[in-house]
Amino acid sequence: MQDGHCALAMEQQARILGAPCNFNYENGGNHMKRNVLFRRGLLMALCLIGAASALNAQTLLGSGATFPAPAYTKMFDEYYKATGIKVNYQAIGSSGGLKNIQDRVVDFGGSDSFVKDTDFAKYPASIMHIPTVIGAVVVTYNLPGNPALRLTGEVIADIYLGKITKWNDKRIAELNPAVKLPNMAIMPVYRSDGSGTTFNFTAYLSAVSTEWKSKVGNANSVSWPAGQGAAQNAGVAGVVKQTPGSIGYVELAYAHQSNMPAAAIKNSSGVWVDASLASISASAAGAFPPDSRILLVNTNAKEGYPISALTWIIVYREQKYASRTLEQAEHLAKLLWWMIHDGQNFVEALDYAKLPAPAIKAAEAIIKSITYDGQPVLK
Amino acid sequence: MNDRRFNALLGLAALLIVFVFAGFVLTLVVQSLPAVKQEGAAFLYGSEWNPVTARFGALPFIIGTLLTSSIALVIAIPLSLSAGIVMGEYVRSGWLRSLLNTLINVLASIPSVVFGLWGIEVVIPLVRNLAVLIGAPPYGAGILSASLVLAIMIIPYMSSMTREALMNVPAGLREGAFALGLTKQEVVTGIALPFARQSIFAGILLSLGRALGETMAVTMLIGNATRIPDSLFSLGNTLASVIASQFNEAASDVHRSAMMGLALMLLLITMIAGWFGRTLMRKGASAYGK
Amino acid sequence: MENNVFKSRHQTRAQKDRFFKFAVMIPAGIVVALLVLILAQVVINGARALNVDFFFKEQKPFGETGGGIVQAIVGTIMLLGISLVVALPFSLLASLYLYEHRGSKRAKVLATAINTLQGIPSIVIGVVIYSWIVVPLRSFSSLAGGVALAIVMLPLMTSMIHASLEMVPSSYLEAALALGVPRWRAIIDIILPASASGILEATSLGVARAAGETAPLIFTAFGNPFLSLSLKGPVSALPLVIYEYIKSPYDDWHQKAWGAALLLVLFVLILNVLIGSRKKH
Repeated sequence: MQDGHCALAMEQQARILGAPCNFNYENGGNHMKRNVLFRRGLLMALCLIGAASALNAQTLLGSGATFPAPAYTKMFDEYYKATGIKVNYQAIGSSGGLKNIQDRVVDFGGSDSFVKDTDFAKYPASIMHIPTVIGAVVVTYNLPGNPALRLTGEVIADIYLGKITKWNDKRIAELNPAVKLPNMAIMPVYRSDGSGTTFNFTAYLSAVSTEWKSKVGNANSVSWPAGQGAAQNAGVAGVVKQTPGSIGYVELAYAHQSNMPAAAIKNSSGVWVDASLASISASAAGAFPPDSRILLVNTNAKEGYPISALTWIIVYREQKYASRTLEQAEHLAKLLWWMIHDGQNFVEALDYAKLPAPAIKAAEAIIKSITYDGQPVLK
Repeated sequence: MNDRRFNALLGLAALLIVFVFAGFVLTLVVQSLPAVKQEGAAFLYGSEWNPVTARFGALPFIIGTLLTSSIALVIAIPLSLSAGIVMGEYVRSGWLRSLLNTLINVLASIPSVVFGLWGIEVVIPLVRNLAVLIGAPPYGAGILSASLVLAIMIIPYMSSMTREALMNVPAGLREGAFALGLTKQEVVTGIALPFARQSIFAGILLSLGRALGETMAVTMLIGNATRIPDSLFSLGNTLASVIASQFNEAASDVHRSAMMGLALMLLLITMIAGWFGRTLMRKGASAYGK
Repeated sequence: MENNVFKSRHQTRAQKDRFFKFAVMIPAGIVVALLVLILAQVVINGARALNVDFFFKEQKPFGETGGGIVQAIVGTIMLLGISLVVALPFSLLASLYLYEHRGSKRAKVLATAINTLQGIPSIVIGVVIYSWIVVPLRSFSSLAGGVALAIVMLPLMTSMIHASLEMVPSSYLEAALALGVPRWRAIIDIILPASASGILEATSLGVARAAGETAPLIFTAFGNPFLSLSLKGPVSALPLVIYEYIKSPYDDWHQKAWGAALLLVLFVLILNVLIGSRKKH
């Protein structure tokens, strides 16, 4: 006779098998006392929940691009210290941010790929792009000794096309004569989620490799001919860090924060450039469109890093939608204003370039045109 | 409060639950219609899943799901049967029995995400080294890693159901066999296992249903590649893992609808496996005359 | 005189018996060893992360070391509270319905619905709740997360509570009815208390199950680096931080992921052991 133990009570099926369960039976007890206690406890719990909800500080919710997430999370941490306003930013990838903004389940979205004119119809109302920081997509890798490598755009494209499969391939070796390259397989790592980083990276590859342009193209999500997918910048960095022989494209901060190397790339002027504040700023030094939608890759600047990228925060122009209050709109506009002014002081430590003056001017104009019920929010 | 009101309250709650369940199925069906309309049957057998070109063929994920679950079963069955036999036949009482039971319960209650965490730190490097040894692409992640961890996750369920099935073999049958001079092994393989085989099989089916729907550990270990896997060391995706990866960024209406279609598919196959398992289990139980 | 044939047949059978015992003990031993290995790893790696900051500080920006996961600890407690408040009443009422109407066609319908709900992968639950709650309310919220977890808990709790109701001897109910107690009163004041330990077990297991769920939370609770007690806004949870941190390249976050895993496993273990020790009485 079994002692009545119900294995895996989680599964009722064991019980159906007929294993009897001997439970403890308490006496009925003082039910009056129990009822009163229960009701009082419930009341208290409800009061607590209500109070907690009321006491919560004003918060803003954003989601999207992982490219600027180190800069954003740092900025929002400082913003909280300065103003007490909590900004919850969930880095889920640019496509995720765009979807959340479309569904209007967040206050703002982050994206390193701007929305094309033809895609505006997907959004229930007109959206605006506010530029925030400029970063660099670097090519990082995991090799014994982590040597400093030089790679050209064509070589990178061919690695991701699956045409160059070994690290000691002569096309890599001739660019790096001083480095003893191992006979290891190259494992390309790409973004499995829809990504603005991918958008900029594939834009660069399309510019320098006609085969890439025709075979794969340029978008947030492409059909990668070779390699392994990982989610978010953090995921790609994580996989490359743990997989010997792998190569991946990530924002500079992720590589630096994890002590991972970044390849020097030959830009369109023929200069070998490492990603740095100087080279990123150089690539953003040109003219700036008033709606701020600009692609910085394959820059003409002589010392510019060829895979630099601007990133944006996406909001609706008209903030009165879905029971949003004027106060919420004001908080949002103030946050954005802070991000392009005081917030810029925190980004250089993370190797993001500050917005150049023309970008700030354009951004100010855009933020000033945010309205609530037709009236500008920021006076 | 009186009897009538009490029964009305009970009925209301029951109705609500049934509505929620029906609502689930309805939501999935209605929201997946656009994608199914566009793709037709190709939704099931199409091998290209490309949100950019708006092609949604779910075959890579169906294959990934079936492959990982089957391999997990193949690994788990011998281990679970042995553990179940040991618990149900050899260690039927005493402190060792309680210890084993507790251990199995603990294994069953470890959350999926913790298995994924352990898999990333332990299983992936092992599989990567194995791949290097035999010359396969050394990703580490992939079908094999996901299947291994999936197997470990379903072992507790299968082994405890095996144990219960064996412990329900009527004592008279067993004692009679021993009285006739059969060895323990002969009793187990000749009497107990055949008697309990329907319930054991039901346990396997129920564990399969669980494996099919397993999300987190698989997502973290399978490599997120949208292609049909061609080897154990290939990267892939299952229905559950692609939903976890792509749902929160499916922006176009068709893409969203396709995601709902995948969820509906997942719902249906786990429902079918579960239904088969439960029916078999009921048949097995009634065979005992209970 | 010895019958050699008989003896050798006996020896072969004895050998097979020993061999079989050996053959099943090994895989069973492998299973036990695996479990011990996994638990040991969680404890060893997780213990490294535990310090005062871990329990009381919030998340730091990407790449910075230090800080803690208080937002996830509180978030998990909050989500479990919400899901219990939603699931327990429904589980009780549904179990009572099955108890009162056992055998009827309607009870079979309810039982089928509940059994099928049990097999639904939790990610599907998250996807549907996103449509039902997150989008209409225009926000990710702990409420949505709690409701999703409640649906995960409900089938398990209902079947266990129903089983423990059925185990109460019918003589209890019959005696009460014979004494003139109204049926509804008899059920609430006699049957329910008599199954109290079964209800407690069901609740513990339901909570233990829900505590480890990640998939439904990805699209409902969403995550939050800040401590939040709001029903209407996103909230963090232990499984969510494990998932997020382990994907990253940061060693500090990896360590915290193990720490969070240790907390989760301890929590679930305690709930299971609590039930286990009650049984022994």
